[in-house]
Amino acid sequence: MRLVYRAGNRQVALNRLCLLQVVFGELYNVIRIEKLNKRYGSSHVLKDISLHVRQGEMFAYLGPNGAGKTTTIRILTGLTRLSSGNAWLNGFHVERETLAAKRQCGVVFQAVNLDNELTVFENLNIHGLLFCMPLGERRQRINELVDYVGLSDKLNTSVSRLSGGLKRRLTIVRALMHSPKILFLDEPTVGLDAGIRRRIWALIKKIQKNGTTIFLTTHYIEEAEFLAERVAFIDEGRIVVVDSPQALISSQGEWAIDLMVNDNIKTRYFRTKEEAKHYAEQQDESFSFRRVNLEDAFLSLTGKKVR
Amino acid sequence: MNGFFAVYYRELTILRRRFLKMVASMAVSPFLYLIAFGYAMGKSFTIHGHSYMEFLIPGLVAMSSMNRAFVIGSEINISRFYWHIFEEFQAAPISNISYVLGETLAGITRAFLSVGIIIGLGLLFGVMLDYWNVMFWIAVFLNSFVFSSLAVAMAMVVRSHADQAMFTNFVITPMAFLGGTFFPVSRLPVWAQKVILFLPLTHASNAIRAASFGTPVNMFSCLILLFTGLVFFLIAVRVVSMARD
Repeated sequence: MRLVYRAGNRQVALNRLCLLQVVFGELYNVIRIEKLNKRYGSSHVLKDISLHVRQGEMFAYLGPNGAGKTTTIRILTGLTRLSSGNAWLNGFHVERETLAAKRQCGVVFQAVNLDNELTVFENLNIHGLLFCMPLGERRQRINELVDYVGLSDKLNTSVSRLSGGLKRRLTIVRALMHSPKILFLDEPTVGLDAGIRRRIWALIKKIQKNGTTIFLTTHYIEEAEFLAERVAFIDEGRIVVVDSPQALISSQGEWAIDLMVNDNIKTRYFRTKEEAKHYAEQQDESFSFRRVNLEDAFLSLTGKKVR
Repeated sequence: MNGFFAVYYRELTILRRRFLKMVASMAVSPFLYLIAFGYAMGKSFTIHGHSYMEFLIPGLVAMSSMNRAFVIGSEINISRFYWHIFEEFQAAPISNISYVLGETLAGITRAFLSVGIIIGLGLLFGVMLDYWNVMFWIAVFLNSFVFSSLAVAMAMVVRSHADQAMFTNFVITPMAFLGGTFFPVSRLPVWAQKVILFLPLTHASNAIRAASFGTPVNMFSCLILLFTGLVFFLIAVRVVSMARD
């Protein structure tokens, strides 16, 4: 018996690993990366990156600027060549089956890359054309998407007249035009104020609930904590750890006390609030008392802060 | 190959949006050349039995179609380095050949628009040449094809908008003046004529002028343009991959 998995317009023979996952009820890994390396001359930007993302999962890739987050996304979406290793999107190899792999995903880049002179409709329509969607399907999908993000009344408005938040929402729904299985979001809320950021988060959650796998890069701790089911810490091109935010946080403790010692902040972690309070009462230095977050986990694993 | 239409459609939509501004800007230089060189200076002399205005208009057609086709390179640069729209094409499932074909056709379309404007300006000055000659349009097409393909290739290779501007200053502008547009190449020293024959614009000017005067077109010039255009097109297809890194 030959089992097949439907991926886009193609049926992919399941390899042994995927077959086991299906038999044992596990979810299919829509993103698989194995020993991925990227070099620019003598600079080694990505070092043996291996990870997988399950179907329908919200996965965050967290690291400081220059850690290799965007390079990973660029390789996965076919914008940059990998130096060695392998990566598959929904079973399609990103180098050997580039066009098929590209059909599986939508990408929201860090910079808003809309055609400013064109209208909301024209921007979405051109994206649909790039993915060879027929006219009727394009029109229907555009109407659905603008309703989805509350841009229905702006359909014929020039993009140059939209606010920063609306432009960001438009770039996200544009990436959804062709109903991709995977959505890559490269720092989707960078440069946005807190209120707009929260609205974008709600939109991202809504997209995931509809079954889209989301791969998100960010250097905002709270973004990864709020959105992600699993987080990978990346630092200097290397994956440090992959786990759920809760597991990463609780590996440090539940409560933290930041003490000012000789103009430096020294942080201590505690399992319970009582332990932390007891410790704080014995200190002469000024301190702040707070819950442990992902930043603490990152700091403890890499010795540096995310931002 | 389907993706080429998306690329071309985007450029057409932008062209439609900027149509009046673009037509006005395309008309300024030819209008000034026609007044300064054709009407004021060239009134009193003839070249090979034609008034200077009649000689000048096919040259302007060749020069303008070259310039307008080449401008597509600047548009690509702006979309690549400033607006980052090029990333949208890179992330789409379209082949290199589709992308290059779409952009090249967009350059050719702009070139044809500029030729229409020059013909219109010529009519205003009372000059009507043999525009019904199919060879005139074939030569215009080949000339636009050469420079549009070159522009796409250059846009993929350069690392900044300034690099593209430098190429225009050192290659395109000298060619515009020396490629048989404003004066017959036969008036230059023999060694210079030999050098200038290597310029595609010289062949384009000769072919366009011959066709617009209703005289036989040198097919060798057309073949040179076709060959050069194909070479630039294939180079453009090849170098689109270079933009991936």
